[in-house]
Amino acid sequence: MSRTLTPEERAHATEAPVFEEMILNMGPQHPSTHGVLRLVLRVSGEVIEECKFHIGYLHRCHEKIAEEHGYLGYLPLADRLDYVCAGPNQWAACLAMEKLAGIEVPERAEYLRVIAAELNRIASHLLFIATFGNDLAAVSVFLYGMREREMVIDLLEALSGQRLTYNYYRVGGVGWDMPEGFAERCREVLDIIESRLPHYNDLFTNNAVMRARTEGVGVVPPDRAIAFGMSGPTLRASGVPYDVRRSDPYGIYDRFEFEVVVGERGDTFDRFWMRVREIQESAKIIRQALDQIPPGEIRTKLKGRFRPPPGRAYGHVEGARGDVGYYIVSDGTDKPYRLKVRSPCFSNLAGMEEMFRGWKIADVVAILGSIDIVLGCVDR
Amino acid sequence: MRSGLIESFVGRLVEPLVHRFPWITYIAPVVIILGLIAVAVLLIIYFERKVSAHIQSRLGPMHHGPHGIIQTFADALKLLHKEDLIPECADRALMIIAPFVVFIPAVMVYVVIPFGPGWIVRDLNIGVLYLCAVTAITTLGVLSGGWAGNNKWSLLGGLRAAAQVISYEIPMVLSMIVVVMLAGSMSMVKIVEAQNPVPFVLYPCGLVAFLTYFTSALAEVCRNPFDLPEAESELVAGYHTEYTGFRFAIFFMAEFANVMAVSMIAATLFFGGWLGPFGPSVLWFAAKTVLFIFVFMWIKWTLPRLRIDQLLRVAWLGLIPICLANIGLAVAVLALKAYIVAG
Repeated sequence: MSRTLTPEERAHATEAPVFEEMILNMGPQHPSTHGVLRLVLRVSGEVIEECKFHIGYLHRCHEKIAEEHGYLGYLPLADRLDYVCAGPNQWAACLAMEKLAGIEVPERAEYLRVIAAELNRIASHLLFIATFGNDLAAVSVFLYGMREREMVIDLLEALSGQRLTYNYYRVGGVGWDMPEGFAERCREVLDIIESRLPHYNDLFTNNAVMRARTEGVGVVPPDRAIAFGMSGPTLRASGVPYDVRRSDPYGIYDRFEFEVVVGERGDTFDRFWMRVREIQESAKIIRQALDQIPPGEIRTKLKGRFRPPPGRAYGHVEGARGDVGYYIVSDGTDKPYRLKVRSPCFSNLAGMEEMFRGWKIADVVAILGSIDIVLGCVDR
Repeated sequence: MRSGLIESFVGRLVEPLVHRFPWITYIAPVVIILGLIAVAVLLIIYFERKVSAHIQSRLGPMHHGPHGIIQTFADALKLLHKEDLIPECADRALMIIAPFVVFIPAVMVYVVIPFGPGWIVRDLNIGVLYLCAVTAITTLGVLSGGWAGNNKWSLLGGLRAAAQVISYEIPMVLSMIVVVMLAGSMSMVKIVEAQNPVPFVLYPCGLVAFLTYFTSALAEVCRNPFDLPEAESELVAGYHTEYTGFRFAIFFMAEFANVMAVSMIAATLFFGGWLGPFGPSVLWFAAKTVLFIFVFMWIKWTLPRLRIDQLLRVAWLGLIPICLANIGLAVAVLALKAYIVAG
């Protein structure tokens, strides 16, 4: 860890301080790497010279399992990809499978899909706010975010019986219908959450310490963001207005009015602020969906085993963290020949190696927290 | 008065003992202070857990004992019977000494704190200077604790702590200087007596001095927003990561003993210590101390953490100029007072 000066360095010792470099391991178990991520940092004092990510600690062979267990066997696992925002992953898989087999989804099911996905997005962003506050040591924000999230999770539990990964989407529709009183309770919860967001702003967002920690920190230029294939709020914070719901609409998203929130500077604060605003936009979408939802079937019955004709299809949706995509190659049997997951967190994380240089160790925590990765999504 | 009753009652009990065993006057304060700290730390830890819980809209410990009163006791017992691990490549001697180098100065501070009229271990006539000197020693313990664990993260924590504590010593001392100027003495008892009608916090220079003292005290005891040395989300547990069992308990006790000491000093220097309009003085002192401890906790659970360079910038470019200007203001106030009194 320490070394003595060489004769040349000793001769120049009065000129400039010789900073010794240290290799720090922010190991897979760490309070703030949001999962099992290993960061090896080469630091000089507190300043990071170089950073390398080691991933794979949560690799669970999604793609191989799909080949073994078939489309329908794999589908419940799709939730576990990005387990915090589980719905959109499954939606993307269902989209790809429906494209392969040419299955139409009933209208009520489309609305239910939107409601579930947007509720999930709100829950995920609340979790992000909570953990981001925790990373910056505003521990109370963690508890407040969780308190709000509990209400949303209860709604999702009413829909599907589960709190985190709910296996709600099916090929051809959704699994269960809205229970009695769901719409009223949903509107109530949205009102409560929207009334509490200003409190978050007072306590955390407009706090001088929080601003000092996040403004101007970890700026991602838009060209680098696009080069690395980033997506989601991380990309939009850098000023690139790409949202799959607008750019390549799926389902019935073209029927809803909502704003694609775009940031200006691409710093940590913008990435945080994107998600706070997206909660408001998702609430708008859910209200519109609840108003417009028609009665009807929630699922197209599949005839026999699900055996799509040979072909290829790509289905992608806007998850809470970015563009989740499933590329499926079918060979006519009930097991896919190849299922490839396009994971948003993987691309978002890849871009960060060069973004950490020059920042301090405390900033690593802030920047990594602001990208909002889930290692399940990175490692699959 | 009530306080006279307590003193005469205690006096009647203690006098024959002191007559028989004169060395009790030396041992008794030590025992009492250590006992006070031990009990108070347990209470403060429970208080912190409850305060933080209610700020975070949850309940806190409820299970052990009514409303979780026995919880801290259970945690202390748990810590005491944990295995005493010293990592193989760690610096053994330093690891053993470091917790005590942190704890002992924290306790030494209590020698000059006046809990009530006449309730002080030693009324040193350099009381304030003694405070500043003793609190500076903890830096050594923190630094050696960080180094001794043979853990880069602990080392980082120790280095940050050293930089932080040294930087915030200066505004703290400068704030205390204002109090000494206003009181005309460094003796803690005389400072309290000088606040008899008006506590120093109500003077403008005293108010500024209190605010800078409070901020520096937050940084001295390494509490949020200045808790970078033990930043849980970054360094696991900072400079005391590698400590287990009793040694960790000593660090923990030292931190809370520090918090209490600093609250007591704030109460004494700025809010009139044990002075109160009616009733037993010790209760007034306790009430003021508890108020400051509560404010410490309130701040801790509300604000995010500052980064080390921002922290140091606040000290050197923010607090120190304010403190120096404040001393100038205090000089002006005192000169004005003298002018008015003389002419």
